[in-house]
Amino acid sequence: MARVNFDHVTKRFDNVVAVNDFSLEIPDREFLALVGPSGCGKSTTLRLLAGLEEISEGDIYIGDRLVNNVAAKDRDIAMVFQSYALYPHMSVYDNMAFGLSLRKLPKEDIGHRVHEAAQILGIEDLLKRKPRQLSGGQRQRVALGRAIVRDPAAFLLDEPLSNLDAKLRVQTRAELSKLHQRLGATFIYVTHDQVEAMTMATRIAVMNEGLLQQVGAPQELYDWPDNVFVAGFIGSPSMNFFEAKVAGSQEGMHLDTGIFRVPVPASRVNDLLSYLGKEIIFGIRPENICDPECQPASADAAPVTAQVDVTELMGSEVFLHLVAGGKLFMARVDPRTRARPGQEIRVEFDMGHMHAFDPQTEEAIRSKEKGQPSRGQAG
Amino acid sequence: MARRNPSMSGGSAEAPVALALGAARRTVARFPLHVAIIGLMVLWSVPTIALLVSSFREPTAIASSGWWNAIKEPFDLTVGNYQSVLEKQGMARAFVNSIIITVPSTVLVILVAALAAYAFAWMKFPARNLLFLLMVALLVVPVQMTLIPVLRLYTDVTVDAELPLLGGRIFGTSSYVGIWVAHTAYGLPFAIYLLRNFFGSLPRDLFESAYLDGASDVGVFFRIVLPLSMPAISALAIFQFLWVWNDLLVALILLGDPTLAPMTLKITSLVSSFGTNYQVLTAAAFISMALPLFIFFALQRYFVQGILAGAVKG
Repeated sequence: MARVNFDHVTKRFDNVVAVNDFSLEIPDREFLALVGPSGCGKSTTLRLLAGLEEISEGDIYIGDRLVNNVAAKDRDIAMVFQSYALYPHMSVYDNMAFGLSLRKLPKEDIGHRVHEAAQILGIEDLLKRKPRQLSGGQRQRVALGRAIVRDPAAFLLDEPLSNLDAKLRVQTRAELSKLHQRLGATFIYVTHDQVEAMTMATRIAVMNEGLLQQVGAPQELYDWPDNVFVAGFIGSPSMNFFEAKVAGSQEGMHLDTGIFRVPVPASRVNDLLSYLGKEIIFGIRPENICDPECQPASADAAPVTAQVDVTELMGSEVFLHLVAGGKLFMARVDPRTRARPGQEIRVEFDMGHMHAFDPQTEEAIRSKEKGQPSRGQAG
Repeated sequence: MARRNPSMSGGSAEAPVALALGAARRTVARFPLHVAIIGLMVLWSVPTIALLVSSFREPTAIASSGWWNAIKEPFDLTVGNYQSVLEKQGMARAFVNSIIITVPSTVLVILVAALAAYAFAWMKFPARNLLFLLMVALLVVPVQMTLIPVLRLYTDVTVDAELPLLGGRIFGTSSYVGIWVAHTAYGLPFAIYLLRNFFGSLPRDLFESAYLDGASDVGVFFRIVLPLSMPAISALAIFQFLWVWNDLLVALILLGDPTLAPMTLKITSLVSSFGTNYQVLTAAAFISMALPLFIFFALQRYFVQGILAGAVKG
């Protein structure tokens, strides 16, 4: 019922294309995260859906209804703004009741709904206060409450956590997930923080420069990025990339970066066969580079020697900033590592988790069926 | 200031002493400033106080001695001047006229300017910025330049009709409506400028949130913009009220009929007909000051806020 469908939607501001031929179907009850760097068009996409911007081309459907020319207030959606946008001169109760009273609901009905939403969010004792008397976290809840009372077809959330401190953000993340399960509504969540997207969303849509890059479940995006941008954007710290030449033969294929040579695992040989003798972009995540002194080597481990530039201790792990042949890359290793800045160490690339991209198109090089993992034995 | 260290004994005893010393030093340093401010206040208040005292003195006393003689024994004061001005000179009628002229002129300006400012700040329409620029440009046109064209226009479009309260004339010279319209027009450029800047500083998210909640433009205007803009609107109301209340020029040109004359006109006529009859003038002048003073003291909080808003935004 609350399915949302973008059909080849384009939005231009004068000569700037903010959203370019965006097509996406969001099924009912999904928690979709729209992620991308600043200025990638994700907020504009949300505003197009909300009816706060006009579509230049294409169609948007909510349910089965074409909403291109439907006013924002008639689209049956609620939005939570980054700034919360609470009405400063109204009490929390009036803030939450505003939309309902404009829709001429009976008074008792409004009171009932507001109290119910306040109970879900644990803000019943704040109903008489003004927004300026609330903390950031409380304001955020009121903004959510204002959306909940409307019982909309879809919730649109525009970076709702970015004004909270780190601890509260983690806590609210879990609460939002719970709320989504409890309400069983469609959530469309815009964020630039891939951690928020990974932790909460059932599906993630990655955008860059107005273009939809990839849509998929969080793990799918992490394991199977479609292109260099998605590979670099999802995951923290982000993936290391090297320019490499595919060398050798079908039996003994390896990647030569000019700095080091690593073998291609048997499971990936077929993907790269057509690139034999050509350049590719080789990607490997920091968590797939380990210190062999602290971790048992995996089957596809390939040794690489590098200089330690900086070490960052995170408690449960250590980020090593490594330099090899003037090229900087990162490893995420066990905290017991003895690597110290200035030292030369040997790390192991777990080639079973390697990624390969075409240098021209920046698309991932792999056999079409994602269901067939071409990577080898994990970990 | 030294950082507080709980392990250091004696630190807690020294802190208040240091604080007191600092406060004392600040008081001494600011002493000349305070003296200057108090001096200015006295200088500015003396004429008003002199006017007030003189208005309660006998005509002979005013002519023979300074006003300060009245505030020591024996207190030789009278309300005769006020009686004379209000009853014989028609000042009571002029007071009512002033209110009839000023209140609608103020309300109209706020109503029109708030709507226009909302459109200039938040609605999209062609040539919006050009129109606003023209509006602001009107701020530099002196009122004097417009007097003769407006007067000629008014004489051309005079509309007479027997109606209660409006003095037999609906529009044109010597009509209340005519002077309301004139004052509104003269007040609008500044009013729109002030309110547009204030409305423009309201966060966009609030409007969008209200639209999504189901509010129309009219709903947003009355339920979000107006309540949030009360400081600016109050300040504007005070500015406009004082401007119209104290206006002599526009009334002099456009109100030929002496029965419609506001207090400013009445006082000038007192000057010419009584020459140096100060006792009547002082009482009349104080009556004309009373209402603005009352309004200023009642709304001075907003007045100061409004001045600050103008200073920062302008």
